[in-house]
Amino acid sequence: MSRVIEMARLMQGNEAVAEGALAAGVRFFAGYPITPSTEIAEIMAERLPRLGGKFIQMEDEIASIAAIIGASLAGVKSITATSGPGFSLMQENIGFAAMAEVPIVIVNVQRSGPSTGMPTAPAQGDVMQSRWGTHGDHPVIVLSPSSVREAYDLAVRSVNLAEKYRVPVVLLMDEVIGHLREKVVLPSPGELEVVNRVEPDVGPEKYLPFGAGDQGVPPMANFGSGYRYHVTGLVHDPKGLPTNNPVVAEKLIKRLQNKIDLNLDDIMIDTGKNLEDAEIVVLAYGATARSALQAVKDARKEGIKAGLYRPAVLWPFPQQKVGALAENARAVLVPEMNLGQYRLEVERVAGERTRVVGVNRVHGELITPEEILAALREVHKHDARS
Amino acid sequence: MGERNELRLSGTGGQGLILAGIIIADAAIRDGKNSIQSQSYGPEARGGASRSEVIIGDEDIDYPKVNKPDVLLVMSQEACDKFAADIEQGGVMIVDTTYVHTLPEINGAVVYKIPISMTAKEEIGKEIVANVVALGAIARITGVVSREALTEALLARIPKGTEELNRKALEAGWALAETVLH
Amino acid sequence: MMQDLEKYLRVNMFPHMWCPGCGNGIVLSSLLRAVDKLKLDQNQTVIVGGIGCSSRAAGYLDFNTLHTTHGRALAFATGIKLARPELKVIVITGDGDCTSIGGNHFIHAARRNIDLTVLLFNNSIYGMTGGQYSPLTPVKKMATTAPYGTIEPNFDVADLARAAGATFVARSTTYHSNMLTGLIAEGIQHKGFSLVEAITACPTAYGRRNKMKSPADMLIWQKDNAVHINKAEQMSPGELAEKIVIGRLYCKEAPEYTELYDEVIKQAMGQVSGSVTSITGKGGKTSG
Repeated sequence: MSRVIEMARLMQGNEAVAEGALAAGVRFFAGYPITPSTEIAEIMAERLPRLGGKFIQMEDEIASIAAIIGASLAGVKSITATSGPGFSLMQENIGFAAMAEVPIVIVNVQRSGPSTGMPTAPAQGDVMQSRWGTHGDHPVIVLSPSSVREAYDLAVRSVNLAEKYRVPVVLLMDEVIGHLREKVVLPSPGELEVVNRVEPDVGPEKYLPFGAGDQGVPPMANFGSGYRYHVTGLVHDPKGLPTNNPVVAEKLIKRLQNKIDLNLDDIMIDTGKNLEDAEIVVLAYGATARSALQAVKDARKEGIKAGLYRPAVLWPFPQQKVGALAENARAVLVPEMNLGQYRLEVERVAGERTRVVGVNRVHGELITPEEILAALREVHKHDARS
Repeated sequence: MGERNELRLSGTGGQGLILAGIIIADAAIRDGKNSIQSQSYGPEARGGASRSEVIIGDEDIDYPKVNKPDVLLVMSQEACDKFAADIEQGGVMIVDTTYVHTLPEINGAVVYKIPISMTAKEEIGKEIVANVVALGAIARITGVVSREALTEALLARIPKGTEELNRKALEAGWALAETVLH
Repeated sequence: MMQDLEKYLRVNMFPHMWCPGCGNGIVLSSLLRAVDKLKLDQNQTVIVGGIGCSSRAAGYLDFNTLHTTHGRALAFATGIKLARPELKVIVITGDGDCTSIGGNHFIHAARRNIDLTVLLFNNSIYGMTGGQYSPLTPVKKMATTAPYGTIEPNFDVADLARAAGATFVARSTTYHSNMLTGLIAEGIQHKGFSLVEAITACPTAYGRRNKMKSPADMLIWQKDNAVHINKAEQMSPGELAEKIVIGRLYCKEAPEYTELYDEVIKQAMGQVSGSVTSITGKGGKTSG
């Protein structure tokens, strides 16, 4: 029995996020308490100093994200965690991190909204905000786990992607996964891929902190390493100095977009179940995907050829995959704990080729497999008629 | 489909039922099974009601919530009124008679009525361990987790210095269950 | 002298964006003289600015420089300092940036007594956006958003800092620039949160609306109204009503935040060598 205990343990989703971040090398956390994410801050407060890392409870969420940007510029992998109201407050500085190309991770354990909503109730209402919450154009990477183990894996991956592409990464959880405790077997440290930012290989005189052609990720020198340069949220030239030059501006903003758009093969991750012969595809993410998986299994028992497609990276949107699925499916069902935010995007890509149907709940409880199964039966019946 | 149990532990906030659920889920893993634990918050959370849900099985657990518990613990009248009707056919309902005085008609489930909180208070001297008394009773009545694993899981999750108190509470719950089983 | 300071400047960034007669250049010069006096290592010094005319100075300086979002400079600086306490971190900010949109960060950074030096360029107005009143604009002054004169009382930012927990508080003016240089140097050397308020002139957005038509008028106003703390201590509140008290206003020794956190690390690491068991024990909020 003791062997089993060593390998498998009961772990909470929020705890898995904290452990994953630490395993990925995070040594700085700044945050502000907010349900249902607070466990992450509490665990970090206890664990970080034991590893020589730093934890600080800031005066609000705006300060929290500002502090992790500062710590990251000083060369320390940094993360914060929050929920809807705090995530709203962080938007301006998420844009700053995108513009100044500072690697950070923001964990958002989604709760019901808008406004204070139901603080302890799950929702998936921040899907669009995580993509478009800031002003201006810039890419974001948003990951969404469906299990405690995946919360760990995606926390590691969020930190890796932030470091590799010098971008803010959002780990978009929901209250169900954040508070869920389940059996997990964590990978041993040797199994983990940990990515560190690329530092300059030229001397300070030749270093261009924001020069990387049209699509590249520039190497990043840490404050205090002997490379003195300027970091600003203003449009800047390859040296980091502010400019209003339209040519420089266009080139910068397009490079920020290209460095993600041209690396989708490296960034995207997803899973599927029974997609090979699926006539109805259920597209679901986060906790909702667990109900969807159960519903797909139950539907198969009734002879309905259903399959599950589950993007673990929500943004960038898995455009190619959804397009390909739409070619063969008679319908795509999109269950969400919101009024159809991701469905809009599925419709944009698949709407002309297939029928896109939503299953939407905003009552603060996880959608049940029965609700999705009922929708599957309905779609199946509709298709049988037509 | 393999063996699967769905438990709901319900009562009032402060009775330690969330922790009790965690300990059962942990014990199940120590028994080599799969398990999942969640707290459900609904509007009832505002009334001070608390519930902790555990699913134990040999296979993957997809949907993590419990809709039809086959083991239902009720430790307050409010929880009893709210959840008694949810119980699965052939399920087991354990009632803390310290706080539950009126039972609705239960069809198709076995009901065990035991004074859990009273036992904690009078036999152990601390009502705060009523949740551990309940754990002992649940394990004895349902067999969802082994006594050995439950003891290990319990001792791993309680404050240092309270081991003896908690062992006694678990033992008292086990014995309390014996009185209604035989 | 100017030649000596050039090494601290990104000369290719000049000409600077400040208006003729602006006092910001004088404050900047005092900062660089202080840095030079202390022989700070440019590679190990970080200058953090917020948003506004004065915060733009970060771009002109050849250090590790960070031009942040409006009001948030102190929060960014807190992250840098806590992550790498060996770096010298200097925050340059304006009256609107620091005490209005950034007011919350200001009082909390002061409360923590984290080792940051704040150089506050107080020109009594939002200059970059064209002359709106700030929390440091005195009452009955004209601003584009107070066309009938301001009715809000202003902060005394030195008192505010001291009350919030700052352990070094000083004030000078661009007229008293040598004193300003000395106070900035003291502030940088002080272990803990230090505020140096520099009264500076904005002839464009403030002076010309408030009966100080030329930059010289504004310097004369500073000269005529500034009272050194030693003298001020002998004066009555009535006599000090319209005056600017300058000098080292407050200084005390108190535990510094990043040093206290180092103690936390030692304590936490000490526990590791003891008998800390698996952290999976973190259960619910209730106890068994």
